[in-house]
Amino acid sequence: MKYSAVTLAREALRGHRHWPEAWAKARPKAAYDAVIVGGGGHGLATAYYLAKTHGLSRVAVLEKGWIGGGNTGRNTTVIRSNYFYPESVALYDLALRLYEGLSRELNYNVMLSQRGMLIAAHTPAQMEICNRIANAMQLNGVDGRLMDAEEAAARVPLANQAADARYRLMGGIWQGRAGVARHDAVAWGYARAASRMGVDIIEGCDVQDIVVEAGRVTGVETNLGPIRTNRLGLAAAGATPGLAAKVGVRLPIHTYALQAFVSEPVKPILDTVLLYLGTGTYLSQSDKGELVIGGGLDRVPTHGQKGNLPAQEQVLSGVLEMFPSFGQLKLLRQWGGVVDVVPDSSPILGPAGPEGVFLNCGWGTGGFKAIPAGGTLLAHMLATGDHHAISRPFDLDRFRTGRLIDEAAGSGIAH
Amino acid sequence: MQRFPCPFCGPRAETEFHFAVEAGHPRPDGAPSDADWAAYLYDVDAPKGPAREMWLHVTCGTYFLMTRDTQTREILGAEDLG
Ligand SMILES: Cc1cc2nc3c(=O)[nH]c(=O)nc-3n(C[C@H](O)[C@H](O)[C@H](O)COP(=O)(O)OP(=O)(O)OC[C@H]3O[C@@H](n4cnc5c(N)ncnc54)[C@H](O)[C@@H]3O)c2cc1C
Ligand SMILES: [Zn+2]
Repeated sequence: MKYSAVTLAREALRGHRHWPEAWAKARPKAAYDAVIVGGGGHGLATAYYLAKTHGLSRVAVLEKGWIGGGNTGRNTTVIRSNYFYPESVALYDLALRLYEGLSRELNYNVMLSQRGMLIAAHTPAQMEICNRIANAMQLNGVDGRLMDAEEAAARVPLANQAADARYRLMGGIWQGRAGVARHDAVAWGYARAASRMGVDIIEGCDVQDIVVEAGRVTGVETNLGPIRTNRLGLAAAGATPGLAAKVGVRLPIHTYALQAFVSEPVKPILDTVLLYLGTGTYLSQSDKGELVIGGGLDRVPTHGQKGNLPAQEQVLSGVLEMFPSFGQLKLLRQWGGVVDVVPDSSPILGPAGPEGVFLNCGWGTGGFKAIPAGGTLLAHMLATGDHHAISRPFDLDRFRTGRLIDEAAGSGIAH
Repeated sequence: MQRFPCPFCGPRAETEFHFAVEAGHPRPDGAPSDADWAAYLYDVDAPKGPAREMWLHVTCGTYFLMTRDTQTREILGAEDLG
């Protein structure tokens, strides 16, 4: 059923009891033209673009839990394209442009809110870094500029500007098109649109092995039985190294927990996404009024989706440094996700090992914003067997050739 | 706050330690190919479950080998490198 003002009004009158399920609960068939492991945003978007752009609908997305139960449902929903290298901006701005039309395209409200993002500096040295990044953004053709102290303070009136504050706003980088979106809606919207085009979305399906014959992938073994395919996309975030190991491929990926926190809801007090370079903590206010808070990685590699106390303390002390008045707020929830961190802090997109196997992983702390692009690019590789111009620089071979895309050094992202 | 076992100092707060590198990836001999060298520099196993890792106790400067379950975070042992 298409969502519209008419269907909404009609179903409201019928007590909301007759909405059809958003996507079909599929059972695995014996064979598919392409199989994607991982029902996060990247896997679901891949399936959607395979069907829509490449006309391939004998496609399955295999998800061991429920769709969006991984990092896609665990992140702090920040979307931006303020990166340093042209390769990165091409990737993340493709995603942002697709996000800008996504609700209409999917007929599903992903609640994109382009409220802008301020990366705030507190020292002359940080201002220099901001200057450099704002400059790079302009050279790369995305909206971005340096913001001065006065405008920054007006943007975030509750920020700690007391005489004894350790981190007083000096200004920062502003990207007006940045913002947030509803993360579950991104997963559900892609799932619904893909399902309507015939893609099978199979939840509760754990991929346990990958079958390779004569150097080419021929299928996967799952808890629901074998499934044949000769095109396999791996989009399983922190679980990707374990899956790649099944075909003898080792990846440059460490897994770490990354945590998020949500406060009780309050009246509107913050209408932008704010990151302090000095504390590493960032936050935004949800449409319900909760503060959604994040920070850097935990320091201990792990596969446990919960996070540890030292990182929690660091993030929350950052919040209080930024907004002393928030000390009165209660935290409602805390959780962690296992993120796949690559040495140059850029994703891995490209073929791996046996013919027919393609990777979409290594998004680390920042892959939610990239979902529409990650899906477009993995779909392109699965459909054509070859790189897209935008995915080419992110191939695994960059570690051999030395052409790293070091965004930690370039745009100062936290890992 | 978890405690990690420094073979020299005994149990200390996890914040005093730095993860250094996964154990068991020896440096290739001779003149390795670019691919072998890149694999040595970057590729890891990132196992889910028991893992052998090199850690640094920052406060005393000791590197040691720790065995740890990366899923449960249980410490399974620490070895002095001698
Ligand atoms: C706390 C936190 C905050 C974050 N904040 C942001 C942010 O503000 N902005 C941003 O851009 N990014 C953010 N991120 C990162 C972002 O969430 C991820 O990069 C992104 O969601 C990755 O999407 P994905 O589809 O690759 O992975 P996931 O959504 O993790 O999906 C992978 C799926 O694969 C499934 N799977 C794994 N193994 C198997 C198997 N063997 N068989 C079948 N299925 C399997 C998993 O169950 C999972 O559902 C954050 C992450 C966390 C944890
Ligand atoms: Zn010690």
